[in-house]
Amino acid sequence: MNHQITARGVVKSYGNSPALRGVDFAAARGEVVAITGPSGSGKSTLLHCLAGIVRPDAGSVHLDGQRIDDTSEAHRSRLRRSRFGVLFQFGHLVPELTAAENVAMPLLLAGVRRREAVTAARNWLERFDVADLAGKRPGEVSGGQAQRVAAARALVTEPEVLFADEPTGALDTLASEQVMTQLTRVARSAATTVLLVTHDARTAAYADREVVVRDGTVQGPPPLAGTPGPGAPAALRSTP
Amino acid sequence: MSLGHVLLGLLVPGERHGYELKRHYDARFPAARPLASAQVYATLARLARDGFVQQQEPERVGGPDRTAYALTAEGRAELQRWLEEVEPPSPFVANPLAVKVTVAVLIAGGDAARDYLHRQRAAHLERMRVYTRTKTAPGAALTEVLAADYALEHLNADLHWIDTALARVAALTEEITP
Ligand SMILES: Nc1ncnc2c1ncn2[C@@H]1O[C@H](COP(=O)(O)OP(=O)(O)OP(=O)(O)O)[C@@H](O)[C@H]1O
Ligand SMILES: [Mg+2]
Repeated sequence: MNHQITARGVVKSYGNSPALRGVDFAAARGEVVAITGPSGSGKSTLLHCLAGIVRPDAGSVHLDGQRIDDTSEAHRSRLRRSRFGVLFQFGHLVPELTAAENVAMPLLLAGVRRREAVTAARNWLERFDVADLAGKRPGEVSGGQAQRVAAARALVTEPEVLFADEPTGALDTLASEQVMTQLTRVARSAATTVLLVTHDARTAAYADREVVVRDGTVQGPPPLAGTPGPGAPAALRSTP
Repeated sequence: MSLGHVLLGLLVPGERHGYELKRHYDARFPAARPLASAQVYATLARLARDGFVQQQEPERVGGPDRTAYALTAEGRAELQRWLEEVEPPSPFVANPLAVKVTVAVLIAGGDAARDYLHRQRAAHLERMRVYTRTKTAPGAALTEVLAADYALEHLNADLHWIDTALARVAALTEEITP
């Protein structure tokens, strides 16, 4: 299988406490992968290592076959701006700017002309059904609306990979549904890879598959439902 | 919930044949098990006996299939009474998952129970993905969305239980193995 982003044996400790103890991970282009697991298991740390925000102590991260974890901070930061998008639990919109200006910002930083950037921003707000909020500031919209604006901003540069950490963590069921429905629809139509950290199974169910992190390690893919794995004791294999 | 009340509800818009009722039921409640025709006719016969529905004149001579049923005033009153009642929360929550965990611990130890719970979690999430696809498909009917919402919340509750159970396997093993 042709993987777009891979991690091999990634280790990361904070002081003496290991957060990741040798994690392997791979995602194909256009895949939507949920990264789940108990609190403190290392999900965010894994996401940050994959996105080049945090440098692993050992192991490697590759994007399209190119190693990215041992490059300079400047290089990784350029990579994040040009090929990655990020979305966090609280969208971190700039409070002084309107929704449209927030969404246009990554394009302006990339040197796109103002008029084009604003047009693109409006298009993206439209795709997330919040075009009517273009002129509002983050303080004037609901949490769910702000998160859709943040999602539009994360995707406006048409990144190859979107890294999302608990994007629905602060939202109720219906607001989560709106964010996730739009996000996965848009990502799938553009073949954007989405790596989605969540502790909510209802959010994880929007993904194509799930990777479970427990205690800083990733379990192998579980055997098909209903067929006990090779490790299951013989006594359980014939359970009716 | 009784099938009788559901059929009464489906007769509110107007009289219907038994087979039409079955078709409407299956379309309205896509997540439910499809009805057996025999079950529909048996229930209609009981409702007719109790005066809640009235059998209409057959359109032409033939089998019971040709008979339409209409809601009576008593039927409507019964439906109203039923709607005013809340459903009693079930006092016994059947949990085959918990039984399996306990048996797994007894027969093969904590690792077998954990292994089972991991596989059960994957199976539950796979089912949740199916419901999520159904409800987010463009043009999904709201009855389908509501049925999927309900199923998703229940599966999600199971998943919460699975995660808690995983954290308790060690203690459980300690307690129940001799
Ligand atoms: N910046 C940091 N400094 C020190 N320790 C950290 C730091 N970030 C994470 N950790 C520790 O690393 C471990 C993994 O943390 P991480 O944030 O990756 O977990 P998580 O799975 O995302 O948890 P949650 O679901 O609560 O967000 C935890 O024990 C945490 O305390
Ligand atoms: Mg986290």
